[in-house]
Amino acid sequence: MNAVANYNFAYLDEQTKRMIRRAILKAVAIPGYQVPFSSREMPMPYGWGTGGVQVTASIIGPDDVLKVIDQGADDTTNAVSIRAFFAKVAQVQTTTHTAEASIIQTRHRIPERKLEAGQILVYQVPIPEPLRFLEPRETETRKMHALEEYGLMHVKLYEDIARHGRIATTYAYPVKVEGRYVMDPSPTPKFDNPKMHRSEALQLFGAGREHRIYAVPPHTDVVSLDFEDHPFTIQHFEQPCALCGAEQVYLDEVILDDRGGHMYVCSDTDHCEERREAGHVGVLGMKEAAE
Amino acid sequence: MYVAVKGGEAAIANAHRLLADRRRGDRSVPALRLDQIVEQLGLAVDRAMGEGSLYDRELAALAILQARGDLIEAIFLVRAYRTTLPRFGYSEPIDTGAMKIERRISATFKDLPGGQMLGPTFDYTHRLLDPSIVGEDAEVPAVREAEDELAPRVTDLLGRQGLIEPDGELAEGQEVGDLTREPLDFPLDRDLRLQALARGDEGFLLALGYSTQRGYGRTHPFVGEIRIGEVEVEFDIPELGFAVSLGRVRVTECQMVNQFKGSARIPPQFTRGYGLVFGQAERKAMAMSLVDRALRAKEFGEDVTAPAQDEEFVISHSDNVQATGFVEHLKLPHYVDFQAELDLIRRMRAEHEVSAEQQEAAE
Amino acid sequence: MLSHDFGAGFADPVVDAQAAFRAVLDALANPGTQQKLAGSSDGSGALGRELASTLLTLSDHDTTIWLSPALDVDAVKGFVGFHTGATIVDDPAKANFAFVALGDAMPELARCNLGSQEYPDRSTTIIAEVPDLSGGATLVLRGPGIRETQEISPVGLPGDFVAQWSDNRQLFPRGVDLLLVAGGQVMGLPRSSRIVEA
Repeated sequence: MNAVANYNFAYLDEQTKRMIRRAILKAVAIPGYQVPFSSREMPMPYGWGTGGVQVTASIIGPDDVLKVIDQGADDTTNAVSIRAFFAKVAQVQTTTHTAEASIIQTRHRIPERKLEAGQILVYQVPIPEPLRFLEPRETETRKMHALEEYGLMHVKLYEDIARHGRIATTYAYPVKVEGRYVMDPSPTPKFDNPKMHRSEALQLFGAGREHRIYAVPPHTDVVSLDFEDHPFTIQHFEQPCALCGAEQVYLDEVILDDRGGHMYVCSDTDHCEERREAGHVGVLGMKEAAE
Repeated sequence: MYVAVKGGEAAIANAHRLLADRRRGDRSVPALRLDQIVEQLGLAVDRAMGEGSLYDRELAALAILQARGDLIEAIFLVRAYRTTLPRFGYSEPIDTGAMKIERRISATFKDLPGGQMLGPTFDYTHRLLDPSIVGEDAEVPAVREAEDELAPRVTDLLGRQGLIEPDGELAEGQEVGDLTREPLDFPLDRDLRLQALARGDEGFLLALGYSTQRGYGRTHPFVGEIRIGEVEVEFDIPELGFAVSLGRVRVTECQMVNQFKGSARIPPQFTRGYGLVFGQAERKAMAMSLVDRALRAKEFGEDVTAPAQDEEFVISHSDNVQATGFVEHLKLPHYVDFQAELDLIRRMRAEHEVSAEQQEAAE
Repeated sequence: MLSHDFGAGFADPVVDAQAAFRAVLDALANPGTQQKLAGSSDGSGALGRELASTLLTLSDHDTTIWLSPALDVDAVKGFVGFHTGATIVDDPAKANFAFVALGDAMPELARCNLGSQEYPDRSTTIIAEVPDLSGGATLVLRGPGIRETQEISPVGLPGDFVAQWSDNRQLFPRGVDLLLVAGGQVMGLPRSSRIVEA
């Protein structure tokens, strides 16, 4: 017996999809505003991408090509698991190539390759409320968004500067969308924040456990919060990717031994592979070629 | 040569094979059947049904077996199944006053119409491990199945004298909410709060209820009544013009009676904390009724000072499927964010060293 | 065949609804562009093919809808009730969606539900059929979803549309979202768009 045969296309029932679709349309019309939606229990745990999965399941069609990444990589176990889920319940074509995908579901990264018009980037979001760690109460944060009262956030960032000489937020770095809503970009490293600004692609955010969906349409201003005397900056790596030699990309540090040996490689595995296929080599890649 | 970790797919498949093996355990031991779980681990089944919020003993038993006895995992399985079921409508409210009672006790009156009935309880058992219950040959005393009894609810008896607040009623025209269909919007009405508590984690509610007894939001509770038994579930069919019975479910109801000195608006009277859970789940129903009453603090003009009185705190954290998912998600890879933090710490340490050296040089 | 009495819904409810939704999504994410709104339902009477597609895609018994006078007839109400179960309301301010038939006047934007400052999403979306999505006076759009500017020229908007829209935009994040349909296409005007005459 094929148990999956009992479920609808893309797992969710049509009524649930309609409810989520209505929320997505509102989210697109009000960029950066968190639309409450009636999140469903999914066959994977809360906190493991149920929001992103529900968004993807509600937008995906038979002609879509899906890519799923976690930490920038297509082969991390949770990415593998979610990709396999959609291949099974929606029978869609999947890919690891950013350029080929019409929908990219992601956790913690934005691909290095510039996204194009018509592509949709679906983020898995654990805590959608950028003000949550300053004010734990939903009733309060809702008022703050309504009144556009974001002073607390600036105070927090400024306290960082006073204490550490810099803003000590390195990921989930808050942004302001189209000059109105302060938004959590999900726990992507702040390195990726500039990619959100005026992106050609539609960006959808799903937080299943927290029952929120929000969106950034294409060509929308997404500005990282900062101060005139402490402008926003992104991480910079001292060395290129050891495999493909890429610079200006986000790198993972890989520990090679217990004597402090380490190397840096692209976090975006597809980007790295494509570069190597195109003949780019890094320090370790060269060694391989020489061997 | 460095090779990135690959083969996630194969690793997952292998892990799941191993899980299936461990679930079955030693093949020379007979495999469990669902009816054995339903019959002999009935309270575990009840908990999976209650917090899974799906009344189906056999499915709950399957979930427990599949989850290797991990009840939160079993509850998750039941929930994930429940959410895919089509819904045809909402049943009529059950009438626990018409319950066919198997257990019924009151701590507030020595004797009362319908009497006290201990039923199948652990109370007054001596907690001594008893090897004699093990095995096919264990002797089980025969019981004479008593006629199921009807008894008026204690709160109804008190209510007739106006000593206790009336049962809560919805405002005119307001329909009962459904937290599985609409996103929660704080502050909640009591209907949604009770739904959340009924699905809430037994351990969490137990701890919160306990905290109210120790002074963190004291509610002066008395067990007005606990009753366990079967009630009829009826479904109204508009085309027929009357409700038809869908069957019977076993539930546990606890009505906590709480002292209340009155306020400017409300005369002194007893107030209620309410608990209702699928199956036999007395501890959960009692804890739920304590927390329900604590969460009504604002309604009675009481100071909100304790965790159990804080609606957003309690309801946002009572669901164990949500809680376990988010706590356990920490084991997913976070190395991109960790890299960002590593980078920050290294830079800050470097600056720290430089400024320490400068200070030393200056001294 | 009971459904025959009410007009047919989608031939393939899952795939058709998904395709129509993506057209509406693309329309709102790229304001002023025309997106192909394929739909297999012929609708019913004044409820044309495009209106029927969006209605079937977005409504169910969790939604309230308002129907313009030409749609407020038994055949269309039967179609709505049978295929969606949506509650029909007599005031656009109570509606999640307001459907406007070709030739009927759009409800004034300010008379619709504009949402609240806390919940701007609880507002009305108008779906109006117009004679044509191009060929009318040129309007210029700016805002999210638009690289620089986007020109549109739909036919059949109310005479004071630009003024109404300007008031609507002032309310942001509150406000009404608008979908225009004609000739198998849908165009989205989310509340975030600024519209001026060319």
